[in-house]
Order: sequence, then C-alpha cells, then structure tokens
Amino acid sequence: MLHIPILRHGREYRSIDTAPAVHFLTREPIAEVSQANFGLIRRDLMKQEAARETLARFSTRELIELCERAGEIFLNGTLPLGDAQQSPQDYVEQTSATTGMPWVLIRRNMAKVHAMFTSMETVLNGLTRGLSMEVLDRGYSMAGSPISFFPRGASMGVVLPSNSPAVHSLWIPAIALKTPLVLKPGSAEPWTPIRIIQAFLQAGAPPEAFCYYPTDHGGANEILRSTGRGMLFGDVGAVKHWATDPRIELHGPGYSKVVIGDDCIDDWERYIDLIARSIADNGGRSCINASGVWVTRHADKIAEALAERLSTIRPRAADDPEAGIAPFANPEVGRRISGMVDAGLAEPGARDVSAQYRPERCVEWQGCTYVLPTIVRCDAPEHTLANKEYLFPFASVLEVAESEIPEVLGPTLVVTAITRNPLLINRLLASPHVGRLNIGAVPTNVISWDQPHEGNLFDHLYARRAFQMVEEPALAGAAQ
Amino acid sequence: MATSLTIPSSLEPRMAEARARLDAWTREMIQWHFSPETGAPFWLDYAAKLGWDPRKEIHNYEDLDKLGFFQDEWLRGGPVERWIPRGLAGKPIYVFETGGSTGVPKSRISSEDFRVDYEHFSETLPNEGFPKGSDWIHVGPSGPRRLRLAVEHLAQHRGGTCFSVDLDPRWVIKLIKRGAMAEVEAYKRHVIDQALTIMKAHDSVQCMFTTPKLLEALCERINLRKAGIKGIFCGGTEMTPQWVRFAHEELLEGVAFAPTYGNTLMGLAVSRPVKAEDGWAIVYYPPSPRAMVEVVNPQKPTEVVGYGETGRVRLTTLTREFFVPRFLERDEAERDVPYEKYPWDGVRNVRPFQKLEKSVVEGVY
Repeated sequence: MLHIPILRHGREYRSIDTAPAVHFLTREPIAEVSQANFGLIRRDLMKQEAARETLARFSTRELIELCERAGEIFLNGTLPLGDAQQSPQDYVEQTSATTGMPWVLIRRNMAKVHAMFTSMETVLNGLTRGLSMEVLDRGYSMAGSPISFFPRGASMGVVLPSNSPAVHSLWIPAIALKTPLVLKPGSAEPWTPIRIIQAFLQAGAPPEAFCYYPTDHGGANEILRSTGRGMLFGDVGAVKHWATDPRIELHGPGYSKVVIGDDCIDDWERYIDLIARSIADNGGRSCINASGVWVTRHADKIAEALAERLSTIRPRAADDPEAGIAPFANPEVGRRISGMVDAGLAEPGARDVSAQYRPERCVEWQGCTYVLPTIVRCDAPEHTLANKEYLFPFASVLEVAESEIPEVLGPTLVVTAITRNPLLINRLLASPHVGRLNIGAVPTNVISWDQPHEGNLFDHLYARRAFQMVEEPALAGAAQ
Repeated sequence: MATSLTIPSSLEPRMAEARARLDAWTREMIQWHFSPETGAPFWLDYAAKLGWDPRKEIHNYEDLDKLGFFQDEWLRGGPVERWIPRGLAGKPIYVFETGGSTGVPKSRISSEDFRVDYEHFSETLPNEGFPKGSDWIHVGPSGPRRLRLAVEHLAQHRGGTCFSVDLDPRWVIKLIKRGAMAEVEAYKRHVIDQALTIMKAHDSVQCMFTTPKLLEALCERINLRKAGIKGIFCGGTEMTPQWVRFAHEELLEGVAFAPTYGNTLMGLAVSRPVKAEDGWAIVYYPPSPRAMVEVVNPQKPTEVVGYGETGRVRLTTLTREFFVPRFLERDEAERDVPYEKYPWDGVRNVRPFQKLEKSVVEGVY
C-alpha cells in the first residue's frame, strides 16, 4: 500500500504507528500514513536553530526564484511520495479520494497554490509593505532611516485543516521569509502539504527546513508549543484553546459577508452573480466564502434569487468538470450539519428559502452524502442562523439598518461592501472586526496575493527593533 | 514481522509444571484467605454471602472464576483494616494508593509484598546494565504509591542506595484537564532539574527508575551514557512499539532497558527481550504464581482469547497479603505465547482499553 512518511528535517521516517487515509466513499484505506510520536517531535524540534541556519544561507532573491521553480514543479512535476511517485493527476485523484472534493475544484486549488509560489515577490512586497530584501538578508538597512527586523521564532509550526488545498498557500511564504516549517497535516488531507514540501526540495530548498508530522492531538499541540511561532486552522473549539497565546495565529471560521449599502441596494440584481459566487465557489468550503448577505432592503427578493441561482448546483461525479460541490467524506458529519441547520430553523424568525427549489437539503447521490446549497432568510441578527458558517454553500440573508453596519456584523474575515457611501466606507475602514475589506464588486473569495489577511505572516514571523549603527574607526596600526 | 505464535514442544513440560504450581498455589491461597484464622474480614464476609465455601469448591486456578470479578471500587474508603489477613495480625502494615485519579483513593494494604515482588524482579535484571552495589535514582510517582519504597528496596536488595525526587501525578492530571500545558512543562522541568542535580552530585548513581515521558524529558537534557547511567527500569504508563523503538534508537544509546507493566494491585510483569525483528513489541510476563495477567474476551471476561487475539487485560493477584481475583484492567493487549524463561502466557503491546479510552486521562508523568 502507498505509504506517506514522516519528514524529520527532510529525512523520511517510517513509523511503526500508522493511520489509514481512507477513501471517503468506500472507507477502504488508500494509503497508510506514518504517525509521529510526541517524543520524536520534541527531540527533532531541539534542532530548530540549525534548520533556520540552512535557510539563512540563501538570499531572499534566491528564495523567490526557488519558489518560482517550486511552483512549476508543484503544478506539473512527478514527485516522490514515500516509496512511490506522484504525478499531478495522482495528486488530484488521491486528494479527491480522501476529501470527496471534485477534481475540477482540486485543480483550481492547485492553480491557487501555484500562483502563490510564482507570485512570491509580489506577496513578499505585500507582506512587508515593500521592505528592502536587504533587511531580510542582513537583518538591517541603513538606507534612509535605519531599520532592523528580527525573527520572533526559529520556525513556524502549522496545524493544518483538511477542507481545501488552497489554504496551504497561506504558509508557503514562510520559506521565502527564511522560516523553517513544522507541519501537521489534516488527517483527511495529507497530500497537499507533502507535495508542496517535495516541490520545494526538488527546487533546491534545504531539507532541514521541513518537518512533516502526521500525528495525534497531543502531537499537534506539542508542535504549537515547541515552535517559536504557530498557525492553527480549526473550528471554534479547536482555536479557543489557543486564543490567548500571541505566538499562534488562529484561522477559525471566517463568517465572511457581502454587504450592500442603501445607495446600491435598488440595483441588487446586478450583484446576484457575485454573491452566489462568494457563497458557493470552491464548494463553499473556505473561510473566505460568504456565509452572510447583509442588506438594507429587498432581503426577501435577494434570498429568493440566490436560492434559485444556487439550486442549479447539484451532485456530480468527482471527475465531472461541472462539479461544484463536494460530498462529505464522513456522511455522518454531513447529516449532523444539516441537522444543525434544521435545529436553527425550528426557532422562529428563519426560513429555508432554498427548500422550495430542492427536495431535501441532505441528499445521497451515488452512495455519497451531499448537503445542498442553502439560503436562509433570517429576520434578526440575534437569530441562531444569522451568523453561522458551515462546510457547504450556506448563507443567511438579513435586512439591517445601514447605521448599524459594521457593528452588527460581528467579527468578519472578509467583507465585500457594495456601496459608494463614504460614511459607510469610513465606518468599515475603522472597524477592528473586519479582517479583509473589499470595497465594490469583488467576490469575498477573490484573493489578491499582495493583500494578506487573517494576520500578516511577516508581522507574525518578524518584529521590528530600534536600531542605530555607528561605524567604528579602524584601530591604529591595523592593516589598511 | 511478529515472531511465531507457535509454542515449541520442548516448552510444554515446563508449561505443565508451571500450571500445576499455579493450581497448587491457588489452593493454598484460597485456604489462607477464606479460613477464619488467617483470612481478611473482607473475604470472610464475602464468603459468608456466597453461600458456599471457596475452600471446598475452588480446586485450581480456573475455579477462581466462581468468585466473580474483583471490583476496584471496593478499595475506595475504609476501614483498610478489613483487608488485613488475620494471619498477618501484628505485622507493620503499609497503605499504598493506586493510580493518579482524584477523589477518594483506592488503597491496598501491604507488609512485605512490595519487597518480595521487587526481589523477584531483581532476579530478572542483567548485572551488566544494573550493576550490583551501584546506586539508583527514582524519578517517578512518589507520595502514597508503593513504587518509591519498592524501587528503594530494589536498590538496597542489590547492594546500593536509592535517591528520589517528588512527583505528584494527580497534580499533573489536574493541570492537563484544565489545559495548563505550560505548567505541566514547568513541573516536568522541575522534576528533571532535581534528578539532574542528584546525578551530578552523586556519580555512584548508575541505575534509574523512570516513566516513558520523564525518560524523554531527561534525554532532552543529557546523554544517559555520559551521565553514567547504565540501566533504566521503566514503567508507569503505556509504551507503544513505536515509542520503544524510538527509545532504543534515539534515547538509550545502548543503556540497558527494562520495561515493566504493573500496578499497586499486582507485582511487576517483566518484558522478554525487545527486538526490532519482532516489530519492537513488548511482551510482558507476570510473576506467576503470585500474579497472573491474562487477555480475555471483553464481552465474556471469563474466556481467555486465543493466541495473537486482542482482548481486555485481566489481573489476578495471589499473595498471602492480598487477594485480587479476576480484576478487569483498563487496558487491552494481545495474548502471546509462553517464553523459555517464563513458561506461561504473556501479554503483547498493552495499551488503554479502547472502550474506556475516552474516560481515562493518562498522565504525562
């Protein structure tokens, strides 16, 4: 059987403890994944400084070029996977097999990861706000005002999700920022992180800069505890535990929203495509997918139009290029999520507008369990379903007074605000609860690589120090 | 990968002999524990409620099934005197507590058992790794547990002395339950700091008892061999084959390693030599006839599973001080074949029992 090894500073290790990566439909194992024990992780992480030095030998320019090569290799190369080789198509099929994601969505995600690799210079400019690469290479610059940055930790530990491969593009810039990576893959998606690592290695990155530890909950926590900086993807419960630890950047639910101001609301029909795309692209599986549509008027009509538009998304085969929704790898999870929506609907003040366009929300198709797109019209922001996010295309449509925006939105990762009203725009700009702000008709899920969100990776990995330097005169008698 | 589960025919006479010894010992212990002159009040009361006399009905080890299953809840609360056999009246009695859980502790009485058990265990230790006359250090649970006194006696029995550090596993479990992992780490460091201080001050220390987690923590700070350690006696929590391999390949650097399985209710089950070609499995053998460790069908725990099959671990302790028939442990394992040195069944790869796993918080101590 295919075996996915642990990578210990790039060195492959086959553990006696393995966990199967199972096909979402048949539950048959398609690979065995070596599991790292707690002590092994801790012992390896004693060598973080040495790993960092291997990246420090590269200039930032060299690392940017290396990323460009790695991006092409990731997208097109046949790469080692344990004792086997993995072609791009193997990768697509394997990822689809354990996550249920249709091939077409995985290919789109591959393209996003590729774009992150190949746009690294733009990305670094965005992250560092145009900081001279000299500062990253030398630690300081005396051009203009003196400036100096230092790394906050020897490496970055990342506890990864299984929801969508493109999410991995968030940590890729760490290598260009000379920070070794310690990755714990999601149990259903071991494929993307190890393929990214292999692409880096083939492109010439030092193996010591990469640790890959499939492990249990305790091992994941140890990674976050033992690395200087961390990143955690997870649900509300998972991220809550680390909420007070400033070393860890949390990526929980996004609660992203489309907002239409009073000045544009009468033209709402023009934006239905954009809103539908924000909700349903990538199968609605990302934190940057919209889960709320908050408008000042016409909420009923907008909800009807969205429900009708999204009702065209139906289950299709994994290799169907028109597939737009993924089945649930664990059918019970799909049923439970649909049940949670039902429980919310049982409370007065919410209506499943999509119900009239489809027989049921949770359906079986060719042995797979799908939760179909769902638009809920909520009467008030206090309703249980008003501000919820699920792993399928779901959004609540609410009518609120413009004066209540943005306070009424609550913490929101991405807000797309369709308005020309400067007062509303200014309030959104001033809001501490909006992670990423799109003014105008930009879908919530369209990312500009020079605009980092959910924390700036450079700020996460580096801190600025005060710096002054006076050149010492040469000692008397020293050789000239 | 795993070694054969076939029993060599040459071993069969010794197996039969061991079984006969176990049956005879069972009869002797039943006489002791259920005779009004020598038995403990608990078991005499128990027999009175049975309506039959165990001394007449129990003729061999199998017959212990007639007594039903020992409930460890019986060990919570007092008076502990009800467990003291009348035949031991007047002897100094220790009270030891089991496990790391909180609430009213489970207690067992002991007089000499911990010494006898560890003297028997001493016979299994190789002198090269655990030199006679060398000093020991105990880096593990202390306080009301018997382990600290037992390790000290082991050292004394082998002609050395034993240093010790404090470790309260109940505090560690409280910290884990409230997610205070930084405090767990600080406490672990505090324990290791104390051990290192002793080891630096006393270069006569060549042998150590510690737990798997503490061994890892210790090896993050020192090289055992360079620190003068020749043998590690390890126990207290689960050791998976992967962990054992990791320890051999990356922590021990040739230092002798004696993994054990046991608790306060029984003596020590020792491991046959651990080998890479056996998948780094640990197979434990109980100190028969004083205690037995068997693997039983969880649905029908009077039934021992077949060789190589998985089941729940069942303990039986048969000493004059303490009688524990048919106690179902919170562990599972595979039944393994008798071994030359131990011609009775072994238990392979003991780990927390899957059905109970959610309710068991195993310490990091």
